[in-house]
Amino acid sequence: MSARVRNLLLRLLFAVALPAVLVVAWWFASDDSTDVYRPPLRTILGTFPDVWTGERLREDVVPSLLRLTAGYACAAVAGVALGTVIGSYRRVRAVCEPVLEFLRAVPPPVLVPVIMLFAGIGDTMKIAVIASGCVWPVLLNTVEGVRAVDSVMSETARSYGVTGIARLRHLVLRAASPQIFAGLRQALSIGIILMVISEMFAASNGLGFTVVQFQRGFAIPEMWTGILLLGLLGFALSVVFRLAERRALGWYHGLRDASRRSS
Amino acid sequence: MLDVRGLGKVYEGSGRRVEAVRDLTFTVDAGELVCLVGPSGCGKTTLLKCVGGLLTPTAGEVLVGGRRVTGPPPDMAVVFQEYGRSLFPWMRVRENVELPLRQKKLGGARRRGLVADALESVGLTDATGAYPWQLSGGMQQRVAIARALAYEPEVLLMDEPFAAVDAQTRAELEDLVRGLWRQRGITVLFVTHDIDEAVYLGERVLILSASPTVVREQLRIDLPADRDQLHTRVAPRFAELRTHVYEQIQAAKRGTPADRPAEDLKPADRPAEDLQDPDVSEHPEP
Amino acid sequence: MRGADALLGAAGLAAFLALGEAVPRLGLVDEDYFPPTGRIAGALAGELGDGAFWTALGDTLTGWAIGLAVAVAAGVLAGVLISVTPYLREATASTIEFLRPIPSVALIPLAVLLYGTGLRSVLLLVVYASFWQVLVQVLHGVQDVDPVAEETARAYGLGTWARVRHVLWPTALPYVMTGVRLAAAVALILAVTAELVIGAPGLGARIAVAQTSQAVPEMYALVVVTGLLGLLINVGARTVERRALAWHQSVRGEVAV
Repeated sequence: MSARVRNLLLRLLFAVALPAVLVVAWWFASDDSTDVYRPPLRTILGTFPDVWTGERLREDVVPSLLRLTAGYACAAVAGVALGTVIGSYRRVRAVCEPVLEFLRAVPPPVLVPVIMLFAGIGDTMKIAVIASGCVWPVLLNTVEGVRAVDSVMSETARSYGVTGIARLRHLVLRAASPQIFAGLRQALSIGIILMVISEMFAASNGLGFTVVQFQRGFAIPEMWTGILLLGLLGFALSVVFRLAERRALGWYHGLRDASRRSS
Repeated sequence: MLDVRGLGKVYEGSGRRVEAVRDLTFTVDAGELVCLVGPSGCGKTTLLKCVGGLLTPTAGEVLVGGRRVTGPPPDMAVVFQEYGRSLFPWMRVRENVELPLRQKKLGGARRRGLVADALESVGLTDATGAYPWQLSGGMQQRVAIARALAYEPEVLLMDEPFAAVDAQTRAELEDLVRGLWRQRGITVLFVTHDIDEAVYLGERVLILSASPTVVREQLRIDLPADRDQLHTRVAPRFAELRTHVYEQIQAAKRGTPADRPAEDLKPADRPAEDLQDPDVSEHPEP
Repeated sequence: MRGADALLGAAGLAAFLALGEAVPRLGLVDEDYFPPTGRIAGALAGELGDGAFWTALGDTLTGWAIGLAVAVAAGVLAGVLISVTPYLREATASTIEFLRPIPSVALIPLAVLLYGTGLRSVLLLVVYASFWQVLVQVLHGVQDVDPVAEETARAYGLGTWARVRHVLWPTALPYVMTGVRLAAAVALILAVTAELVIGAPGLGARIAVAQTSQAVPEMYALVVVTGLLGLLINVGARTVERRALAWHQSVRGEVAV
């Protein structure tokens, strides 16, 4: 066995070992559990396919994800657009800063009852809640990123006639993209929280709604599968995000590694 | 080609007033390579930014090809000192060179031709697909030079372009610039704080005073057009010229007025001590 | 410059408040849904005079503070332990990467079942969410330890504990502070969320009550209070961070820019 193969296997072992141990431990520790609230893992996993396939997938999981996507996309577009404007002008920034600091500090879930006043309890409310919670980290990070565009790059663009839309597209947004992505990552976890909360608060379908229904109806194994599914969803979305980020910011990671090596 | 008349720049802000450039007048003829040297902190960069249309002067004017500069002129290209910050790290070498050409609304085939030609003339044909940060400092500055060449400027401004690379690379890049200048007949204004570099590269050297800046002296470099690192730098005439420039800059730092004009410096017949003659001070700042 | 900026900021704030007054007054939005600033201010004054409000504020802050303290202690301890134990870092990496993005609100039903509407429900959510912020920062910080310093310490025969104290901890401290700052903000969000959704006593529960009883200005006033609380926590955490690390390069650099 070559050293490289052995190295790879070792890393795989490290990655898999602890999760496997934990799952096995949970399995055996809970196997003869008679506690209603802590059903055996065997039961939970057995229930999972029955609960989350077919109708529930269509009626609950998909609508939840669509609302999340819509709200998140609105927040991303609005946050980047507003952030670019605010970040580009020093005076605008000075005027907006205290208000933005306050709005960012409001815990996003308290927006749910406020937005319910305007938008009722339908999809619009949930999308609005997700969007209005996610927009702040994107906006504030974009402001920081746009503000910090390198002066030499900026002058280079000017002296070569790269102005207006081209400057925005090729210089400002690209230069700010590491910060924008940092904001988008924070926004994603806030978005998932708000998706669940808004559905727990007032809804007739969706993941959050269903999980709370299970809890209220004492359908304990089903509730556990809901928690597992939410966990898996959070993990899957973070993986998707990381892949997208790696693609968009490949240059940035390369640049950082290069400067770290040379220093 | 390049006409700087009575240029002055005063920075004002938060109650402070800094006069960076007082009164600068000089011309650069079409196809000439002129070097600007001066003591550090003498407002070279301010001057260059005014010439490049990146800063608005508070007095005087800059003319390029007879037209007054109010913003970055379309027939002028700039090579900055900080190559790492002047190339866009999210673009590959090819895209960096091509971006300004897109803004010029050139056709795709023409753009590709110019990019390929410019990268070839700086010897970077193999690196077109790399990111700037994957290249060494010297290679990055070559990319910046290629970007300037592809832009097909009448005037090329270079702001201490080699200040941040090692000595060997620097020598190579100096020869590259001189070679490209002779080949393409561009007008070059080259700002540097390195006296040897100024004398080695320039047809003419403008020596600036300390800030607030004026032109202290204009010196014609009467070295042969064919220069090379090995022989030119050990030629007696080179040593004389660099000594003269060095003394002028030392004097500029002390703030003593300009020495005798360069025309007095006859080739190879004047020992260095003479140049420091303290009583020759009839040429103060204009 | 700074004075002018502060003035502009004050103007922006004033304009924001004036807009809040004008928009409902002009009938652009329904006053029942969006009360004018003046009425929200009045409701806020009413809240401030109500003893129950202060109890609720105290409850929220208690949940926040205990949760944050537990999360920080656990995060730092786990981070250091994982870093100094051979192979533990490699072995736990995948598990951490999996557990971290799990939304803590997924635990709400479980918290309700296990602990009802008590403080412990709040703490479960707060601790789970904040713990990862601290842990991840500690791990980053330890990774930043200069190998030369570490080897020097080893060469001079410093034991594990001494190395943690003199080499690892000082390097990781700025990261720990960042983690605490992030965790403080997250902890407030989760504390309020738990109160709002589960009904544990606190500001969040008070908002829910105001909502169901159609006391709209009071609801807005309470939202403003949570915002001010968040602002206070952010500013306070940033100040503490800067004070504690005035000597440290990373902070000095940040201030200088």
